[in-house]
Amino acid sequence: MDLPLPVLLSTGHLYAVTGAALVGLGLYAFITLRHPLRQLLAVNVVGAGIFLILGGLGRGPDATDPFPQALVITGIVVAVALTAFGAAMIVRQAQTRAAAKPAADDNENPAP
Amino acid sequence: MSPLDLLMAAPLGFMAAALMLGPSGRWLILLAAPLMAGLALWLALLPPDAAYLVGQWDLPLGILLRADGVARLMILATALVIGAVGLHALAEPPEKPGHAAQAETFWPLVYLMWAGANAGFLTTDLFNLYVTLEMVSLAAVALAAMGSLAAALRYFMIALLGSLAYLLGVALTVARYDTVDVILLAQVAEADLATLLALGLMTAGLLIKAALFPMHGWLPPAHAAAPAPASALLSAIAVKLGFVILVRLWFEAFAAVTGPAALHVLGGLGAAAVIYGSIQAMRQDRLKPLVAYSTVAQVGYLFLAFPLVAGTVEPSGAWAGMTLHGVAHMLAKAAMFLAAGLMLKAVAGDRIADLGGLAQAMPLTVTAFGLAAVSLMGLPPSGGFTAKFLLLSAAIEQGAFLYAGVLVIGGLLAAVYLFRALSACFAPLAGAGPDTASRGPVTGGVQAVAPLALAGLAIVMGFAGTALVDVSAIEAPWATPTVIQPEAAP
Amino acid sequence: MMTFAPLLLVFLPLVAAGVSFALPERLSAWRNAANLGVAFTKLLVVAYLLNATEAGLVFEWRYEFLPGHDFVLRLDRLALLFVTLSVFLWLLTTIYAIAYFDRGPNLPRFFGFFNLCVLAATGVAMSGTAITFFLFYELLTLATWPLVAHKGDDKSLRAGRIYLSYTLAGSVAFLAGILWLQSLVGAIEFAAPPDLTGIPALTLTLIFILCIGGLGVKAAIFPLHGWLPEAMAAPAPVSALLHAVAVVKAGAFGIVRMIYDVYGIGTVAELGLGVPLAALASVTILYGSVRALMQRDLKKRLAYSTVSQVSYIVLGASLIGPFAVIGGLVHLVHQGIMKITLFMCAGALANRMGIKAIADLDGAGRLMPVTMAAFSVGALGMIGLPPVAGFISKWYLGIGALQSDAAWVVAVLAGSSLLNAAYFLPLLYRAWLLPPPPDRPAIRELATTRDRMLILPAAVTALVALGAGIFASLPFSPLGWATLIAEGGYLR
Repeated sequence: MDLPLPVLLSTGHLYAVTGAALVGLGLYAFITLRHPLRQLLAVNVVGAGIFLILGGLGRGPDATDPFPQALVITGIVVAVALTAFGAAMIVRQAQTRAAAKPAADDNENPAP
Repeated sequence: MSPLDLLMAAPLGFMAAALMLGPSGRWLILLAAPLMAGLALWLALLPPDAAYLVGQWDLPLGILLRADGVARLMILATALVIGAVGLHALAEPPEKPGHAAQAETFWPLVYLMWAGANAGFLTTDLFNLYVTLEMVSLAAVALAAMGSLAAALRYFMIALLGSLAYLLGVALTVARYDTVDVILLAQVAEADLATLLALGLMTAGLLIKAALFPMHGWLPPAHAAAPAPASALLSAIAVKLGFVILVRLWFEAFAAVTGPAALHVLGGLGAAAVIYGSIQAMRQDRLKPLVAYSTVAQVGYLFLAFPLVAGTVEPSGAWAGMTLHGVAHMLAKAAMFLAAGLMLKAVAGDRIADLGGLAQAMPLTVTAFGLAAVSLMGLPPSGGFTAKFLLLSAAIEQGAFLYAGVLVIGGLLAAVYLFRALSACFAPLAGAGPDTASRGPVTGGVQAVAPLALAGLAIVMGFAGTALVDVSAIEAPWATPTVIQPEAAP
Repeated sequence: MMTFAPLLLVFLPLVAAGVSFALPERLSAWRNAANLGVAFTKLLVVAYLLNATEAGLVFEWRYEFLPGHDFVLRLDRLALLFVTLSVFLWLLTTIYAIAYFDRGPNLPRFFGFFNLCVLAATGVAMSGTAITFFLFYELLTLATWPLVAHKGDDKSLRAGRIYLSYTLAGSVAFLAGILWLQSLVGAIEFAAPPDLTGIPALTLTLIFILCIGGLGVKAAIFPLHGWLPEAMAAPAPVSALLHAVAVVKAGAFGIVRMIYDVYGIGTVAELGLGVPLAALASVTILYGSVRALMQRDLKKRLAYSTVSQVSYIVLGASLIGPFAVIGGLVHLVHQGIMKITLFMCAGALANRMGIKAIADLDGAGRLMPVTMAAFSVGALGMIGLPPVAGFISKWYLGIGALQSDAAWVVAVLAGSSLLNAAYFLPLLYRAWLLPPPPDRPAIRELATTRDRMLILPAAVTALVALGAGIFASLPFSPLGWATLIAEGGYLR
């Protein structure tokens, strides 16, 4: 394989392949990891991979196509919002579990 | 001003207002419900070529909002459902006293879902659809979290995976065709590997959102603990967006790509969903999971219609049946969840066996439940029957006797579990003898208005068949294409 | 074409239902007044309709349900026959029901659904297309279920479950058959029967089996009759209703429409479906009578008698001779009148003297002579003794059987009459000729208004049954009417 790195970089294929690898890694992590916070992070990795694919494929030898980049920016915003929300839920769940643990000895039902 | 952008802007405005107003934000629904209903009605009555380019940016970069038949009917049903659910939640005391903050966040979430749903039904831009999908999912997960945090987290993770699969599909589409507009894709799509992969990914993600068997696992737990208005919105609205996007993909954007085998896979999954959901519903001994599994079954009908629409040169009947089924289900399921919520509040437990004496104590609520059940079973006169009639006729005409059989058996199975619940209401109060006073009326008649109105609409829909069929055919992908005339710049 | 009359007949019971549901129990007098008023008004409307139809007016109402499928309400002679029967018997049953329940629980619900049943039964009668028929047929199922389950006890709820499982399964079969046929010939209108040429015989036979099977559930044809005896758990006015007018007749009516107005007698004969159906009807007739013989409970015995008797209508419809047609159609009326008499009397006996089992009937004739006299007239009519109306139906059926070379049917009719005698005559013997049990107090049968309302409707129907038989030769008797209908169109 003789493709020089600059060509790969300028045509964005490297980014796209990296993105694909990230997606695969993230998916694997999501499936195998149990803790919800790790799963959230894995999902973020998948998202990052998808954004890389999007951005990378927009890169041409002459000029960069801004259209996929616009999609990526929007996507990042959405991902941040969802990650924040997910993290908040995980924290709340941990809090309720911690509050329920000492009371478990008293046979009280933990909050759902 | 076009109702098309108002339909998205107004709920967002209400959401901002609700966030700012805090506790008194709940009164906004009194303004929002009639306003949105009026807008939706205006939309439904617009001339057939109504469309709107957001920001006047032209395709292929711009976002087109298009009021086709499916959009009009779905948005109208959404307005009615969310309006009724909102008014009901306004009148109803909070389920867990002391959770004032929770009651506060209910309203911005409702408006967020409203905005996302309206936008999702109108837009033809695949990436915009991703954003709307996330808006709706976010709201749905948050609403589900008001019941059970664990179930909501599970829903969240699964939904997120689905969204990402969809996004990956969109990314591949961009890479291949350099556009994400459904109408443009319809003109250029070809059946090559990239397209098939993209379609497959998007479909997988959307099927998770639409809770089609076997990706339905998140739905029953999320419903079981959530408060009734939240369940109503989840079943009625959140699930439908995924379905509508799939319709756009399969019958419009990638219509040239989808073959009969793939359509039958979807149809088969739909049939399996009908049977599986019904059987599971029959096995439930608690009311809310029963209704939740009923949703799983009803979603199956929507996908069972896919091969019926594609399998004929004159799909207006099957298309109308599919659309009307979605609308009727929205109305009936929301009514049923609201009624079930009222009924469960009045009894000691949440089991079906505990429902005794309710037919006497809460006649209006039980009537609402019964009317909703009639539509879900597909018995006349109701919207559910009209939809089933159209689908069954289409199936028989196409010789698709397997699907016809499933349609028929599904109705019977639904009758089994729904009449079981209704029977329980007619039974006397458990533990009471014939002389002890029955349960006194526990809820004022006013609270039964919302479910009764929605259920009544589901029934009345059955009489408006012709008008609804005509609306559903507006700008349908199989109809003679009209030239889209977006609004001129003001 | 006049449209208001069919709509009025549907709208009036809707008003009565709404009033009944809405009014609380303390305003029960208003509710009763509303029910009786509406029932009486309907009678007036029907009287007007009879007059107007004689003069040649046609009443039809059309509404587009879906593109290509219409709801049609149409009053042809057959519809008018069923409507008149329904409306007349409904007035009497309303009086009876008001007296029977007096002050029971859940009456607003009862009378509300009662009226919805009238609506559905009248709608079934007036349906002009297959899809309209299906709509009202299903509405009938939905409206009768709360009545069967009215008491709310385990037995009633179980009866309701069984009722639903039979009728919903039947309706599914019927819908499948109708849609299949419609996919081949387009929307089915009874006034303009579809052209069935070119459709393979096997398809037509399968469709026929589906439709008749689906309708046969409500018509209690063997082996689909199982729900009927179970439904006896319902209160007496419901049993009278279901067995005389609404449900069973709707099923039989549907079968008549299928055979005459959809397929046509000629097609049925060509497909060779007439004889198997007649055979099935005969099996039902004999089976019902045998099972009736084995019953110890009065209502159950009457239930099996109904299973047997309704199949006379099916028998008449499936034989080809004109007399059979007339016999079947007229039995629709006669059986309704006689059976409602029997059920109303049984209810009165249970209500006033606690008589539920046949063994309790001793001496009832002495204690409640008017009731037992009406019962006896009904029983004699069932057996087929002249001059009660039942004789006329059996006579015509017999002649019709001979006309269509089905002499075995005459044997069935004779056997059935013998069986009827075997299970009715002992009842009359006990009631009239045996002394009452010593611990039963003497009662004044027609003491209060309520008592009169309880017993006189049965007396009226008994007199009508007698009259229909004695005056059968008059043109406006049920027989004359049935002859007119048969001549008018069913002898193609």
